[in-house]
Amino acid sequence: MSSTNKDLLLQTRNLQAFYGDAQALFGIDLEIGKGEAVAIIGANGAGKSTLLKALTGLVKVSSSQIQWKGQPVGGRAPSEIVRMGLALVPEGRRLFPSLSVQENLMMGQESDRSGPWDLERLFKLFPILQEKRNQPSTSLSGGQQQMVAIGRALMSNPELLLCDELSLGLAPIVVREIYNALPEITSEGMAVLLVEQDVSLAQRMTRRLYCLQEGRVSLQGNSPELTREQIRQAYFGL
Amino acid sequence: MFELLLQGVLLGGLYTLFALGLSLMFGVMRLTNTAHGDFIILGAFGALALNGWGLNPWVADVVVLPIAALLGYAIQRYVLNKTLGKDPVPSLVVTFGLSIVIQNALLETFSADPRSIESNGLNIQSLALSESLSVGVLPTLILLIALSATVGLQWLFANTRLGRAFRAVSDDPEIAELMGLRSKNVYALATALAFVLIAIAGVLQGLRTTVAPSDGPMLLLFAFEAVIMGGMGSFWGTLAGSMLLGVTQQVGFRLDPGWGVWAGHLMFLFVLLVKPQGLFPKTR
Repeated sequence: MSSTNKDLLLQTRNLQAFYGDAQALFGIDLEIGKGEAVAIIGANGAGKSTLLKALTGLVKVSSSQIQWKGQPVGGRAPSEIVRMGLALVPEGRRLFPSLSVQENLMMGQESDRSGPWDLERLFKLFPILQEKRNQPSTSLSGGQQQMVAIGRALMSNPELLLCDELSLGLAPIVVREIYNALPEITSEGMAVLLVEQDVSLAQRMTRRLYCLQEGRVSLQGNSPELTREQIRQAYFGL
Repeated sequence: MFELLLQGVLLGGLYTLFALGLSLMFGVMRLTNTAHGDFIILGAFGALALNGWGLNPWVADVVVLPIAALLGYAIQRYVLNKTLGKDPVPSLVVTFGLSIVIQNALLETFSADPRSIESNGLNIQSLALSESLSVGVLPTLILLIALSATVGLQWLFANTRLGRAFRAVSDDPEIAELMGLRSKNVYALATALAFVLIAIAGVLQGLRTTVAPSDGPMLLLFAFEAVIMGGMGSFWGTLAGSMLLGVTQQVGFRLDPGWGVWAGHLMFLFVLLVKPQGLFPKTR
């Protein structure tokens, strides 16, 4: 995909990010097209979370390093970035503990974006949330909390949904249930960037895949075509 | 006995108004405003000054409220927001500094003399409940305002978009930003609201008794004791803590006029010992 492609949604060019004095990303080049599902894999400390933080504005980067529909947006505030149409399902869910399930979902509308996703549509996708909508979010099971976190992000009607470790800490059957909802989510043309520890799951759910290692892209390609051996090498650097 | 309790509750109403603003700022921003009491006194002097410039005292008492809101918004936006973070020390130091600045500015402008706001006799009127029992009109009014303010705040936090935003930034400001909230702006709105409560408390204190530039720290202490005793869970907790403080002080006063405030401190220490999280701790 070239940078002149009009279907290009998000692009990073030589993205560098720092935590204090320590550099965490060393020149990441990444492209996500409209409606595309892309995975990012990599070991702990490879820079996956930092990449998401840079994309959502939680880690400051210089302006030209991130382009949204061709416009430089690096370093903008998180509250501006969500208004552009980029939403995050954060690692560990990070629901608001003093808000009910429905209130958590409604927080997704603080960005004032309209689109196909509202409470009604969401309750169709995850009926259990309708049943528990007035309960405190802390009373839900891990899987249900993950549904709220996804729903909260969807409520901002993003064009790109960033998911950080959806499967983390959840039972395999629950992970399957959550990932089963993904086709419905992307059916409206929403692009998804999955950061995932479970490599085979990441391969199955996406079209393209990037592997990070020590803050650099060590492998990229079409998800179904990458071999175990290629991924193993890129993942561990062996 | 009943009269003692009643007087305590009436005093508790005043303390509720002292405490709500502090409770609100701590609840939303985890910010302990050590200049809280001085801002209450500033509110009273603000009304006095407006009156001095020719405004009818009752009009001055009301006009001071939106001014306080603007002041609160500006102070949070341009001063206190810069002190927020994991470390509570910068905000403590800055608000302590503000406290000294306000006290001295008031001393310079108004002198050290205690004054009171003209209430056209409202502060000495009373209602006879029975032949032997009567209550002051003003303390009763203060109690009603305190109850309304508590109910109003609780409702605002539970049922409005602004209240939801207050709770969200209190829970997790980073994620709240990711949702599109500008947390610094939400903080400024919270402080603006707190300052309206602070000004109401100041005006009522000025109507009820006298105010002097050096009164602030004592009011801060009462507010602080009420908030801590009530726990950080809700404004109901702040109301309960204030009532406990008011009743305890009133009992102390009755035993010996010098024991009132001291009895309140003892109760504060006692609650800290047996229930360090306060009467209504946050249930999570």
